[in-house]
Amino acid sequence: MLLLVTFAPIVAAVLIMLGLPARTTALAASALTLLTSVLLFFGFDSIAPGFQLVFTIPISTELRLNFALGVDGLSLLMILLGAIVLLAAVWFTGEIEHHENAFYACLLLIAGGAIGAFASLNLFFFYAFHELALIPTFLLIGIWGTGNRRAAAWKVTIYLALGSVILLVGLIMLYRAVPSSARSLDLRVLQAAASAGQIAPAMQSSIYLVLLIGFGTLISLVPFHTWAPEAYASAPAPAAMLHAGVLKKFGLYGLLRLALPLLPDGARHWSGLLLVLLLANIIYIGLVTIAQRRLDWMLGYSSVMHMGYIFLGIASANILGTTGAAILMFAHGLSIALLFAITGEIRKRVPSLDFDAMGGLAKQMPLAAFAFGLGVFAAIGLPGFSNFAAEIMVVFGAFRNGFNYQHFHIFQWAAFLALWGVVISAVYMLRAYRRAFFGSSPEPEVVVADIRSGFRFPIALLVAASILFGFFPQIAVQRIAPAFRNYLTASQ
Amino acid sequence: MIPAPYLEVAVIILGTIILLVESFASQLDRRVLGYAALFGLAVIFIATFFVAPQSSTASAPLWTFYSADALSLFFKRIALATTAGVLVMMLDFAPSVSIGVQGATPQAGLGEFFTIPLFTCAGLMWMASAIDFVLIFVSLELVTISFYVLVGFTRRNPASLEAAVKYLVLSALATGFLVYGITWIFGATGETNLQKITTVFSRPGLEHNAALFGGVLVIVALGFKIAAVPFHIWVADVYQGAPTPVTAYLSVGSKAAGFIVLLRVLEPFLILPQMRTLLVAIAVLTLIYGNLAALPQTNVKRLLAYSSIAHAGYLLVAVVSFSGRAVAFYLVAYLLMTLLSFAVLVLVSQGEGDQLENFAGLSQRSPFLAFAMLVAMASLAGVPFTAGFLGKFLVFDAAVSAQHFGLVVVAVITVGAGFYYYFKVVRAIYWDAPPSSADKIIISPLTRFAIIAMIAGTFLLGVYPQPIFDALQ
Repeated sequence: MLLLVTFAPIVAAVLIMLGLPARTTALAASALTLLTSVLLFFGFDSIAPGFQLVFTIPISTELRLNFALGVDGLSLLMILLGAIVLLAAVWFTGEIEHHENAFYACLLLIAGGAIGAFASLNLFFFYAFHELALIPTFLLIGIWGTGNRRAAAWKVTIYLALGSVILLVGLIMLYRAVPSSARSLDLRVLQAAASAGQIAPAMQSSIYLVLLIGFGTLISLVPFHTWAPEAYASAPAPAAMLHAGVLKKFGLYGLLRLALPLLPDGARHWSGLLLVLLLANIIYIGLVTIAQRRLDWMLGYSSVMHMGYIFLGIASANILGTTGAAILMFAHGLSIALLFAITGEIRKRVPSLDFDAMGGLAKQMPLAAFAFGLGVFAAIGLPGFSNFAAEIMVVFGAFRNGFNYQHFHIFQWAAFLALWGVVISAVYMLRAYRRAFFGSSPEPEVVVADIRSGFRFPIALLVAASILFGFFPQIAVQRIAPAFRNYLTASQ
Repeated sequence: MIPAPYLEVAVIILGTIILLVESFASQLDRRVLGYAALFGLAVIFIATFFVAPQSSTASAPLWTFYSADALSLFFKRIALATTAGVLVMMLDFAPSVSIGVQGATPQAGLGEFFTIPLFTCAGLMWMASAIDFVLIFVSLELVTISFYVLVGFTRRNPASLEAAVKYLVLSALATGFLVYGITWIFGATGETNLQKITTVFSRPGLEHNAALFGGVLVIVALGFKIAAVPFHIWVADVYQGAPTPVTAYLSVGSKAAGFIVLLRVLEPFLILPQMRTLLVAIAVLTLIYGNLAALPQTNVKRLLAYSSIAHAGYLLVAVVSFSGRAVAFYLVAYLLMTLLSFAVLVLVSQGEGDQLENFAGLSQRSPFLAFAMLVAMASLAGVPFTAGFLGKFLVFDAAVSAQHFGLVVVAVITVGAGFYYYFKVVRAIYWDAPPSSADKIIISPLTRFAIIAMIAGTFLLGVYPQPIFDALQ
């Protein structure tokens, strides 16, 4: 089952390049992936400890390298997110003018790489699967993008490549920090070594910093964020959906999976720095987002800003906060994918995405307006959507935090300031919604058609998933929380 | 079971027979000679798997300067595979040779063009086995002299002639350094055998300075071979001017042989801390210069020349971290991806040129070659699931375990720069429109097979490196 989920998109990409009908194959493969991952998610045994469905092939005895797949609740939730967004992105792909099969193959490779990284238990393949998305991203933005696409494609490629190499060094340092008898790139071995206290605290803090810079670049943590808005504004909508919705979560997943559980002393040592940076993500990028004058750039910046909340959950280092962070990764992936999808449809119809040149679209595109509205409400965390449930958990988790600080400390300040971010995101999201869809139409008025009624299905899929986990976050919590139970304290 | 020294002898005999056939069968299509050489190399390559292990009791004088350990066998196979790959490219390149060489018949000179690489190959194989400075020097000269001829082979092409003169002058200078260095080492230790030099060094109370001076001179000469900064001046012009298959041979064969000799020569010297500092400095310079100078290149051959300097830098990082495994694996990965990119370059540049714009829109002219070049560039840049990535992984691993964090920082930055210039080629292939005059590219079945084999090898070694490690045991 797990092999099927991991390799269905990649095999489909190869088949499409070999000449199978692109759209049909891509839809079939992503539907299969989604179906299997839903079955895996709801069939997951949340009581059994450790990783489940483990599948191992030894590769090299000398390097102690093996290809190992396995899941716990955290990785399953991420795989589910990848499968949902992949199906929606493939569905939303409209007419492609040239190289149609290459476009679909690139989309499937991005998603397949992300899902493979979430399912990998070996750090070598964890890293390698993520990098599988690098060349498809470069090609997708460079060939089919809009606006200043070439510059954006260069920027995102160089940033992500450099971030990845730094990450690679961090992973090697982590592997080298373990005594040589237990040295392995296998996550389970590293976890055992870490819980036996075999990684020296001084080593932990230097490894944590390298990992934070590496992962932080991939996640667009301030000050390594400048690639993100430009890339998302230029990328074709399905690529932006997958990249912002799924692939970017790889870095956060890595911090939750490696940095926090394996390097607790490093996390404590750098928590002040991380808090300052994530507040910059929330407040500073939030204000930058308000100043944006184009819909696509506004969405690009908003996705950078929302990373700040997930970082807050990770920084809090207790089960409540980290579980909230995991659910927020899921919720944000859904809402940003929906917003990018609708924006991509609007881009095909109107001459400019400048707020000054837009207006009154709701009259002509009622379905698009409704769907965008749902995405906006989800993104600003209205109750009922999973973003709300997750943000509550993150802020409460940060307020209590796992470091046993007494009195009124930096974490509580951070939680207070982060709350202001909710107001900021409401300001820019609702203002963008009003300026694009309501008010008076620009002169001369453009006549546009609504999005195809067939797109109701992917919209409904994204919204339904968000609402399901919004009303019943317990489904996710009881699967995720055991993943952290061995490392973190529960907050009372 | 075949005694190891017979392998080189077989290569030499093969070359001599082909030369004789070339002289007497004047009506023969010269390409047959190329295929015959290829077939002979394939047979010898298979024979390397049936070599008798070197017995420790063998006291014949041969074994005092010739070693048949796993490492040398491994590098012999590299030399044979490289030469075979270069011969495949030369067969594709044959029309350009006919233009570049003046002669009575249309195929004048082609026979020698296919034969000289065999003698180079024998030299490379001897270098792999050499454990005595005399054999090192003699085999190095065999390689270098045959390269003089090959680099200037298309003698009606001024660029090729210029490259040959530059290579001749600077290479002769490097040879001078090598002989002078060997003399100093011999004077200080009284030995030319590397194992005996190690024994002399470990003797307490010995004055190292004279031997160290000789060692530094030898490093200068080898730095020329592996294209390390600051001994790299010749690289860009010679690579650009030489016939493309010869460039591929220079950048793979010459470098591989240089590294194996470096590994062997350094063995006695690495107990001296000064040597380590020197090598770290050379590695840093090579990494920075190779990668930064590659950034603005618009000629693909020149770009690959600077990239070969850059890869020498990563290999030097592995050398100073004492990881023979990383060096060997990186060399194999480098061989695969470099030969692959040159094989595509030979086909694309045929009759047009080797500028970046000649690659524009290759994805529409030939999707197969475009994909092959994408794989080569991805592997050179170090994208996972390719051999190039695993090579970089092993190099970084070796550097971190040897605590060379300064080198790691430099290498991280230069890898980032590498992504830029390798992806420049990918950009030309996939983003840009092809020129209207360009037509489809015809690929011969043999070349197609060779390219598919190299692509498969690049991916296979990227996820399954064990065969290489087994071969080194």
